[in-house]
Amino acid sequence: MEWTFIDTWIVLVGALSAAACALLGNYLVLRRMSMMGDAISHAVLPGLAIAFLITGSRDSLPMLVGAIIVGVVTTFMIQGIDRLSGLDRGASMGVVFTTLFAIGLILIRQAADHVDLDPSCVLYGAIELTPLDTVELFGQEIPQAAITSGLMLMVNLAFVIVFFKELKITSFDPALATTMGFNANVLHYILMTLVAATTIAAFESVGSILVIAMLIVPGAAAHLMTDRLGWMLIISVVFSVLSAFLGHLSAITIPTWFGFQDTSTAGMMALIAGLLFVVVFLFSPRYGVFSRMVNQFLLGLRIVGDDILGFLYRYHELAPANAAPVPVPEIQNALQTDIPVKVMIWNLRRTGLILRQNGGYTLTPSGKKAGKGLIRSHRLWESYLCNVMGYCNTDVHRHAHQFEHFTDTKLQEELSQVTGNPDYDPHNRKIPM
Amino acid sequence: MRNRAKFIHRNLLSILIIVATVLIGTSFSPAVSAGNLATDSLRSDLVRVFMFQDYNTRVVVTGTTLLGLAAGLIGTFLVLRKRALLSDTLSHATLPGIALAFILMTLVSGDGKQLLPLIIGAAIFSVLGTLSVLAIQRFSRLKDDAALGIVLSVYFGLGVALMGMATRMDAGNAAGLSSFIYGKTASMLFSDALLIAGTALVAAIACILFFKEFSMVCFDADYGMTQGWPVARLDFLMMALVILVTVIGLQAVGLILVVALLIIPAASARFWTFRLRNMLWLSGAFGALSGFVGSGVSALMANLPAGAVIVLTASLFFIFSMVFGSARGLLHIGMDRLRLGRKIMDENLLRDLFEWSETNPNEGTPGIEISALKHRRSWTQSALKKTIRRLHRQKTINVYSENRVNLSKSGRLAAFEVVRRHRLWETYLITHADVAPGIVDLSADRIEHVLEPELIRQLEEKLEAETKEKLLSSPHTISFTGADGHRTPKMTR
Repeated sequence: MEWTFIDTWIVLVGALSAAACALLGNYLVLRRMSMMGDAISHAVLPGLAIAFLITGSRDSLPMLVGAIIVGVVTTFMIQGIDRLSGLDRGASMGVVFTTLFAIGLILIRQAADHVDLDPSCVLYGAIELTPLDTVELFGQEIPQAAITSGLMLMVNLAFVIVFFKELKITSFDPALATTMGFNANVLHYILMTLVAATTIAAFESVGSILVIAMLIVPGAAAHLMTDRLGWMLIISVVFSVLSAFLGHLSAITIPTWFGFQDTSTAGMMALIAGLLFVVVFLFSPRYGVFSRMVNQFLLGLRIVGDDILGFLYRYHELAPANAAPVPVPEIQNALQTDIPVKVMIWNLRRTGLILRQNGGYTLTPSGKKAGKGLIRSHRLWESYLCNVMGYCNTDVHRHAHQFEHFTDTKLQEELSQVTGNPDYDPHNRKIPM
Repeated sequence: MRNRAKFIHRNLLSILIIVATVLIGTSFSPAVSAGNLATDSLRSDLVRVFMFQDYNTRVVVTGTTLLGLAAGLIGTFLVLRKRALLSDTLSHATLPGIALAFILMTLVSGDGKQLLPLIIGAAIFSVLGTLSVLAIQRFSRLKDDAALGIVLSVYFGLGVALMGMATRMDAGNAAGLSSFIYGKTASMLFSDALLIAGTALVAAIACILFFKEFSMVCFDADYGMTQGWPVARLDFLMMALVILVTVIGLQAVGLILVVALLIIPAASARFWTFRLRNMLWLSGAFGALSGFVGSGVSALMANLPAGAVIVLTASLFFIFSMVFGSARGLLHIGMDRLRLGRKIMDENLLRDLFEWSETNPNEGTPGIEISALKHRRSWTQSALKKTIRRLHRQKTINVYSENRVNLSKSGRLAAFEVVRRHRLWETYLITHADVAPGIVDLSADRIEHVLEPELIRQLEEKLEAETKEKLLSSPHTISFTGADGHRTPKMTR
């Protein structure tokens, strides 16, 4: 593998356009309009083709204007059909964008005689060729595409920063926004217009279909990482830049491992974005599938540990002062689990809450304190359920058994107050202080 | 079982049509001569294409017609299940399957362009795509739109990357692969048409056999589940049919436009009927017609990509249906609204005249002045004039000199019914809904135009109105000379 300045430019162009897309994509994801991105990016094709046919060149400005017009028209058409037809939104989108795409294909076929325009270039872009088309700026040879994408990124960044508050409120609560006097519709159309423009700016680098990956995937991944909009924007931009860099890197390295030559950078960018998404999907600290499984497992273990402490406390409460320590099988039998008990006994011993004596276990002073707190919670809950709520059947124990693990001292105090600081629970057991 | 047999019996005609189409499709053998060479004139071109005079056109037109039929049939359920965009996702997701199958087959046998492995690869990946969408929906907090977008673009990206590798391979020639993206309608082979015919047959038979089950899954899957239907399996079967049509249609019209064939005919059919069975056949017919006309037109004009023309034909049918559709078409709905608006104005005027004659029993005057009527409600000058002209034409009112109008004999009868409905509702609101008499007029004013005979009967029963013919007296005063020209209702009962 050889990394040249061309590769640097490719990564830069990819990163700029991907970041521009990702900024807007966050709002598409939050507003549940991801497929609008798909629809618009398919539908701008006729706008491009008409601009080609009229101007006969591949200048950026006419293309941009054509795309913006078609983008807005698409939005209007989808909303119109949605309202008039009684079809669901998906079907309205499907009708509109496939029709416009078909018109675009026909027009491109017509335009192909006049301008050098290849449908596959429109669909997957030609990012590998962008460093060859340069303009001179500040005495430097800078690729045209880098300037276009950079400008687009600036515009989107300005939009997102200036309208941060408005976008936030219209995305999360359009009704509230309307009552506060923001016009959610205007913002919606500005957003759609920018999506169309960004699609065009990015089409040269990633193509009109893969631009969807750049629009939606980083935003979706960021949405799984955080609940804060500001962080979401930042994370999505980081993801998009990462997928541009890793995408190009893997496009020129991975195929060689299998004896192929290099492959499409745009395709690999989308794929890397997808892989990043999968990683986040599985391992995101709060919303990842795997993380949630681990958290649940740890919670289960913690509850087993609590139960061991509670069991030992109850044992000491009933047994005479110099009773023998409890052997492990007895604990396992009482808690109805096997291996988790062994794991947690190891852990409790490590943290100094229990202590091994003559083949069994007993509580250390700090363990006794922890057990006491737990039993106090348990019995206070029982009192509360029975005395305050008037719910006195056998289930009281079961519910209290669940609540006790999530009761802190503050809640204990409040429970105690509500129940009138009782000394004994409904089963006539003493509530420890 | 007997129900099913009965259903098949009822749809015998439709089945016959399908079988006939398939027979036509399969009866073209390569042995038929190549037809006349084209002359210059358009008419002979038209004849050549649509009379199936040359072999290639015959194959293409038949193939696309049957594809349209199949897509239209199964697309109905897809659209009703609100999964239109899922077809977009799974058609894009086929690309890596095609590329991978091509690479593998090239490495194994040297020839990558074998239809069957490519189709199998495409099918496998579209199933994987569907499963990924379901997984994202199920296990993350992202909504279905994001799931669809992610799967669509990432799978397509993988496909583009694999295609990039395939086209730069030393062995094998990947030139034909892009036909899966744009379609290669014009160069459809006889074997392709045969494959499509088979697919259409399977889709049609499945739609007939599982009509009841599919419609239940579309309209109320939860109910089906409580009744013990295997909803998940039926759903799977439905999606399998969609995947089948998509994959077969890929190489005919391309992976983006096959979506259009699934969605647009069904969406068009929705404008014509409220009955699922009619919608199904209409959608099939729209699909078939789009395929037929579209491929025919593209055969006439060499420069037009056939897939796109087929989709545009379908779109034209959609626009036509949206405007002229007999159930939900814009024209139909607009006419309905216009008619209702007229009816409301007519009835309002009739009631005003009736109430005027009630409060002015003096027979000597030849009627009320139009200007006095104008103050009764927010008439515009032109609306009032038009309404008077219309009623005069219907001979329900008499127009006298000095711009005075009065009810005619037949008009009195019609007005009697309107006033009666109005007062029945007013009385009902006062006696049964505890609404203040001062404000019942407004509510009755709106509902009097749409009270059905059945509802009136029930109102009569409820109010124990003594006889059917009796007109209740108004629960509030009727004034034609309020200070601001409006009524000032008062409790008089």
